[in-house]
Amino acid sequence: MLTSFVSDYVRYVLKGGTKFYAWMGSLAVLIVGMLYVFYLQNTDGLIVTGMTSQIHDGLYFANLVFLVGVAAGAVTIVFPAYGYHHEGMHKVAVLGEMLAITAVTMVMMFVFAHMGRPDRLWHMIPIIGIYNFPHSMLGWDVLVLNGYLILNFICGFYYLWCKYAGIPINRKWFIPVVWIAIVWALSIHTVTAFLISTMPARPMWFHSMMPIRFITTAFAAGPALIILIFLIIRKNTKFWVDDSAIKLLTTIVTWCLGIAIFLTLSEVVVELYARTEHANGLYYLMFGLHGLTKLVPWFWSAVVLMVGAFILFLIPRFRNDFKLLTIPCTMAFAGIWIEKGMGLIVPGFIPTPIGEVTEYYPSFVEVLLTLGIWAFGFFILTILLKGAIGILLGDIKYGGAKAVAAK
Amino acid sequence: MALNENPSADPAGAPASADPDKAVLKTTRRDFLKAGGMLSMSSLMGTAALMTQSDDAHAAVEWAEHFQKNYRLMTAEEKAEAKARLERRYSAEYGKQVTVDTTDAQPGVLMGYALNIRKCIGCRRCVHACVAENNQSRGKERAGEKIEWIQVLRMERGKFEAEKMNHGYPEGLGIQVGGNAYTPAGLVLEGQYHYNPEKVPEEDATYMPIACMQCEKPPCVKVCPVRTTYREPDGPVVIDYNWCIGCRMCMGACPYWARRLNVTNPVLPKEEMNPVTHYLGNRPRMRGVVEKCHWCLQRTRHGRYPACVEVCPVGARKFGNLLDPESEVSKILQRKNVFRLKAELNTFPKFFYFYD
Repeated sequence: MLTSFVSDYVRYVLKGGTKFYAWMGSLAVLIVGMLYVFYLQNTDGLIVTGMTSQIHDGLYFANLVFLVGVAAGAVTIVFPAYGYHHEGMHKVAVLGEMLAITAVTMVMMFVFAHMGRPDRLWHMIPIIGIYNFPHSMLGWDVLVLNGYLILNFICGFYYLWCKYAGIPINRKWFIPVVWIAIVWALSIHTVTAFLISTMPARPMWFHSMMPIRFITTAFAAGPALIILIFLIIRKNTKFWVDDSAIKLLTTIVTWCLGIAIFLTLSEVVVELYARTEHANGLYYLMFGLHGLTKLVPWFWSAVVLMVGAFILFLIPRFRNDFKLLTIPCTMAFAGIWIEKGMGLIVPGFIPTPIGEVTEYYPSFVEVLLTLGIWAFGFFILTILLKGAIGILLGDIKYGGAKAVAAK
Repeated sequence: MALNENPSADPAGAPASADPDKAVLKTTRRDFLKAGGMLSMSSLMGTAALMTQSDDAHAAVEWAEHFQKNYRLMTAEEKAEAKARLERRYSAEYGKQVTVDTTDAQPGVLMGYALNIRKCIGCRRCVHACVAENNQSRGKERAGEKIEWIQVLRMERGKFEAEKMNHGYPEGLGIQVGGNAYTPAGLVLEGQYHYNPEKVPEEDATYMPIACMQCEKPPCVKVCPVRTTYREPDGPVVIDYNWCIGCRMCMGACPYWARRLNVTNPVLPKEEMNPVTHYLGNRPRMRGVVEKCHWCLQRTRHGRYPACVEVCPVGARKFGNLLDPESEVSKILQRKNVFRLKAELNTFPKFFYFYD
């Protein structure tokens, strides 16, 4: 039965129209590009990136942090579905789990991209390597991320399996696991925040507001992406995502974004009012420092995107017209990607702990590798969502007719 | 001068430590490994490499190196194998007899360092001596190819000027609440510690040498996910370069910017390579790993001074055993006004600054 599940799933996913193949093909091109630059980076070294001993975390780490948030953001579907028994959400909860699986996979790939010696990553595996637990925050992060991947894999695919086989879900263990996954979602982003906020050497990050800022931005960026995906699904497949689900997600995005903006403003006031040396990183980000201003346009575009999105979300026309809704969603997603990525990671290193002011800008290799990982993410997300939708629609069914492709 | 109370220690072998703590630790490690039922992969691979009679010994050695354990968990035999492997590889690579020392910390020694900032003239001889002694990458073509562990920060002398008395904060509103009569001091901009004046000391500058502080509570060690960096029993914080995964958490955690990343294959010309190396010290590093000052373990474990101390023309740098009340460093701690950098972070450096 398992083999038939796999074969039906694969056959369904592989069938598609020109549009599907064009989409997957163009993603594949980027993935090949990614493999090439990854090879460059691991023969010549990280010198092909813009990173230096001064600024040693860059675009990769920024994306890593952001995508942990997207993964955690999936809980904004799962929690209302199981916690509040929201009809519309319940129907699509499994799609949120698929997104979480994708995002965590991408995070792992960014870890590989970030490492100086990816060939030695086995040194972290307990028993054959050493795992500095519980001291290393990175150790905790690896633990919670892998746990989250496994939990979502179990929840998502067990649900799909039951639908496929036409058997009822064993709620005795399934519901507890779902609840564990919900709490776990908070843990992944909290621990990722601790990763950088537990270093007194980096005053820009060294404050206890980091976890809540991470969570609010995650619960804005994650569902913003989910709304966009749902609208694409509604347009391109027979699967119908209920309006109620999209509306609830919109409310969540709006207010998490609002809180995120408030937290950013609080930080700006606290840091710039006193304007100690510890505020240099933020000052560099907002206005530049000693004539170095590469990140200033990034910061202000993030501000415009986030505040603009928040205002648009408050206008009923943009909330209720799902065509217009895509505008603030895209803006919020892009704004948070900048604010939490480049805008948070890079200025943490400026100036260095001994006061040296240098700059970082991603190289072509970094940009292509990053694009490649995003392409890979969309590649597997397409496969996972298509398969899941096929099962939800009943197109893939045990003993049913041979797979029929969605549009 | 003598750092080592036990100068007769055999430099070639790996004498068993007399430190009782260490002995206990070893037993637990062995138990742990036994319980895990783990095969000694590294010794297997090492044997395979040594048995390989092909001309391509180099590749075989590297392959075995790939599977060796964290240095601290190696048995005495495994350490000997690792040492032999590295010596073979380095000797072939650099065309001379290279030794890789594995001397352990000696009991009763805790290394300490003191620097007289009043005496420093900013000549940067310590920087160059360090690079030559410790086999740092010294390429000139690309920015990341040059690694220096010591920075002598050149600080502008700030001053307050009478002409600027009326410059105030906020500007131009009539009521002055703060002054701008000063010129900022102590700024460090990009590459400012790479200065190269004709004569030192310069009139308008003061100097602040800085390197790894060898903290007693090193934040870099705490964050390392694979425990490749750790504090040795005699004080210095070291790195097993073969175990480092290049995650750079330690670099983020270090409040003194003491750590460097090998962003590419180190540029180390054969003729400039220092063949007297220590496993945890100055042996040549590889691409993608982090490195840092280790107080010249290859010298100090044999009763010699670190290269920077030896080369300093004004005697600003002092080094010795903190547990020996008669050592120079202990005397400085007893009699001088000393301070540590960023003491508020509770890292407890064993690197002290003092004045005359």
